Amino acid sequence: MAVISRGFVGRGGEVNPDLPAGQYLTADFPVLSSGPTPHIDTVDWQFSIRTDSDTLHTWNWEELHALPVEDINTDIHCVTRWSKLGTSWRGVSLDTLFATVKTTDEYVMARSYGGYTTNVPLADLLGGQAWIALEFDGAKLDPEHGGPARLLIPHLYFWKSAKWIHGLEMQSQDEPGFWEQNGYNMYGDPWLEQRYW
Amino acid sequence: MTGTSEAGDGRIGNWKVGVVTSIRRESASGRSITIDVPRWGGNIAGQHTDVRLTAANGYTAVRSYSVASAGAGDRIELAVDRLPTGEVSPYLVDTLREGDELELRGPLGGWFVWTPQQTESVQLIGGGSGIVPLMAMIRSHEASGSTAPFRLLYSVRTPLDAFFRAELESPSANLEVTWIFTRGAPSGWSRPAGRITAADLEAHGFPAALSPTVFVCGPTGFVETVASALVALGHEPNRVKTERFGGA
Amino acid sequence: MTEHVDGNALAGPLSDLFTFDPTTASARCAGCGDVSVLARAMVYGEPDTFVVRCAHCDDVLMTIVQTRDRFCIELRGMTWLKIPR
Repeated sequence: MAVISRGFVGRGGEVNPDLPAGQYLTADFPVLSSGPTPHIDTVDWQFSIRTDSDTLHTWNWEELHALPVEDINTDIHCVTRWSKLGTSWRGVSLDTLFATVKTTDEYVMARSYGGYTTNVPLADLLGGQAWIALEFDGAKLDPEHGGPARLLIPHLYFWKSAKWIHGLEMQSQDEPGFWEQNGYNMYGDPWLEQRYW
Repeated sequence: MTGTSEAGDGRIGNWKVGVVTSIRRESASGRSITIDVPRWGGNIAGQHTDVRLTAANGYTAVRSYSVASAGAGDRIELAVDRLPTGEVSPYLVDTLREGDELELRGPLGGWFVWTPQQTESVQLIGGGSGIVPLMAMIRSHEASGSTAPFRLLYSVRTPLDAFFRAELESPSANLEVTWIFTRGAPSGWSRPAGRITAADLEAHGFPAALSPTVFVCGPTGFVETVASALVALGHEPNRVKTERFGGA
Repeated sequence: MTEHVDGNALAGPLSDLFTFDPTTASARCAGCGDVSVLARAMVYGEPDTFVVRCAHCDDVLMTIVQTRDRFCIELRGMTWLKIPR
């Protein structure tokens, strides 16, 4: 039988209707890192969408900034149990980026500088639900939070919002990414507490 | 996992229930905690233990702490510094009282350790509460009557932030202690306050030519700085053992 | 901060699974071939999830995800593990 630690609440005791089950509220912005932080010069930065027909749609830093940049106000939820409410971002909607992309595939593998991958259904990237984020809280996104640019898919656990985003690859089937191969849920809905397999 | 924390085989992975026998203030944010842990069975200097806290609703949090004591027996000493954004360390420093029960798993780790059979020179370099496993080595060194030359470089913000201050201010014959103050040095101190540098390692550490075993423990940034400076000074990377802290 | 700790930190979590101290075992990195004790590896993402990387080339050696009812361990980044007995 476990020993109850007198007076210990920890981060498990919060009840807040704005928080999915098992989450706690944090004021700071913790970093969950799975490796060293890559430092990418925006001169070399490139983002691409690769479709099934082996066609590559590519944007460099200037080309991305020539597209409409939106303000995003959203809550974010990390699988390591912290949540942050009302965060503000600026970024380019994936609806804008996919406007010129033709594909019949329904799944996407996001690939980052540094080798990280994560899988998302295409439907979750469209319809005003996902962005390539360039700014957080009024400032350029710093490298430890995924700068120069990260994926932002706030309705899923935050590991899906790949830092240091480099490209999206269309795939006909839902293949697991880095964490998904290693125990994390394929979809990751925080409101259904889809943390693990 | 088979069995519960009361399982009788004392296997390392099993949780054991200790009782806090005394708590001593080490600094404004640090406490040393003495715990009786049935079936602990002694530990080698430098080993650590996992501590598990359980809330009334079943929520648990586990963190690792170095053991400041060494040797046979079931009584151990931990020393913990409160991390402002931590989850477990504020509880251990501010809430835990004598007589409370605490779940522990250990002793753990067979690599960042020193045994009295080692006769080579030993350089210890600690930053902040990184002194804790090094203190176990110093105590084991003294208790065993080892004649292996020991040197300690201990980096802390100010003298008031030092753990085990009284013990380290009167070191045994085979131990030399050098203090490095990063924020505020006592008046008349020859070295101005500031972070540890390669020059400090060169002036007060054993030279690389002596092939000392080096133990470095502290926050990530401290360990990075010291370990790369040591290698630049010619220390064999294989003789430099490091233990970085995570957030707790 | 891209904080990481040393492989020493794995001794506790892995003690649930192994009867030996895994941190003194040596592993060969499948990426660069470097052979080192696990205690020297770089461990990211603790306290519940661990990404263990080769201290020489940064490649992933192993990952450990602890959930309420299981451990998921992936070891594809190691060619072998040698365990002292």
